[in-house]
Amino acid sequence: MKANYGYKDGSGDYFITIDTDRCNGCKSCVDACPYGVMAVGEDENDPLSDKEVAFVTEKERKKIKYTCAPCKPSNDVIPPCIKACEMDAITHSW
Amino acid sequence: MLEHLVLLLQPLVGKEVNNMAKQPEYWRWTESRWTNPDIDYKGKVITSGVDVGSVSSQAVILADGELYAYSNMRTGSNSPDSAKKAMNWAMEDTGLTLKDLSYTVGTGYGRVNVPFSQRAITEIACHARGGNFMYGPTVRTILDMGGQDCKAIHCDERGKVTNFLMNDKCAAGTGRGMEVFADLLGVSINDVGNLSFDIDKEPQPVSSTCVVYAKTEATGLLREGWPKNKVLAAYCSAMAHRIMTLLERIGVEEDFAITGGISKNKGVVKRLEKEVGIKIMETSKYDPQIAGALGAALFAKALYDKGKK
Repeated sequence: MKANYGYKDGSGDYFITIDTDRCNGCKSCVDACPYGVMAVGEDENDPLSDKEVAFVTEKERKKIKYTCAPCKPSNDVIPPCIKACEMDAITHSW
Repeated sequence: MLEHLVLLLQPLVGKEVNNMAKQPEYWRWTESRWTNPDIDYKGKVITSGVDVGSVSSQAVILADGELYAYSNMRTGSNSPDSAKKAMNWAMEDTGLTLKDLSYTVGTGYGRVNVPFSQRAITEIACHARGGNFMYGPTVRTILDMGGQDCKAIHCDERGKVTNFLMNDKCAAGTGRGMEVFADLLGVSINDVGNLSFDIDKEPQPVSSTCVVYAKTEATGLLREGWPKNKVLAAYCSAMAHRIMTLLERIGVEEDFAITGGISKNKGVVKRLEKEVGIKIMETSKYDPQIAGALGAALFAKALYDKGKK
């Protein structure tokens, strides 16, 4: 499943996409994120599965434009969560 | 001194007239309830789903996985109460009580506040599952246009989510926005869709996506002499456009179905269909607002069966 967490507002699209088929629940993104945006737990959108996957925490979903800004000073900087993910499961839309 | 002041203020206080009760409620959409006359639930496993949304609440009851009864009503200020009311209404005259429910799943904004539920599941998962049941296994894209959010979901033939996107940060493109417009123009929300086609020429959509500013813009258009229907058309088309930009992010795969209250508004649905260029499936015979609760009830059945094994 491609899980898009984030929002669209007047200034643009701000989504963190997690490919849960790739994610192995290793938590390296959780350790890499300095602001507690990432977490790993049961897949709330696939309640019949027992696999643990990464997701964006509820409290950050509507403000990632601001929370993630320090990790994205320019377009050529790869944010730590993406760098940490060995499975290439995380992408940012902006 | 004080007496003088009181005397001075008295006529003002006395003249205050409460006009609130006389205002017609244009936003008020039709609540619904249904029982399947062909099913006898006795001896069957009863599972249920309750969707406590921001604007509406639904309860769905299944007997051995088949749709037995549902209700769809407005959410009050208290989530547990709304959940109970919706369930009581669905059970009305059926002889069922809360004790007969083997498993209940809560979903929607108020999903953790359903007092008689055993589990809470996100509305994304529930809408995919419910949409799959209502529209059949060929559905690949489900757009849920709810009261205060909008969700685009891709699912497989079993109703399992494969991709999703949700917009719940802004009221543009939601049912609540339409309610505000119905109120502003004094048109019953049930008539908005049809009236928005009763125009000479399709107007430009209102440019503001924000409901508050769109309302300001509409007030300006009315002042310029635009007829009501034309303003409605401009808003319906703005809403369709707004949703289109959201859908573009994940794409639309056929078959394409819409659930939620806005799916009853042809003014938005037809315009969206034109923008997407893909035919939108005809609404099912059930109320399209129950998709979330229906999905929750189906999960309740699956979880009940899983627990028995």
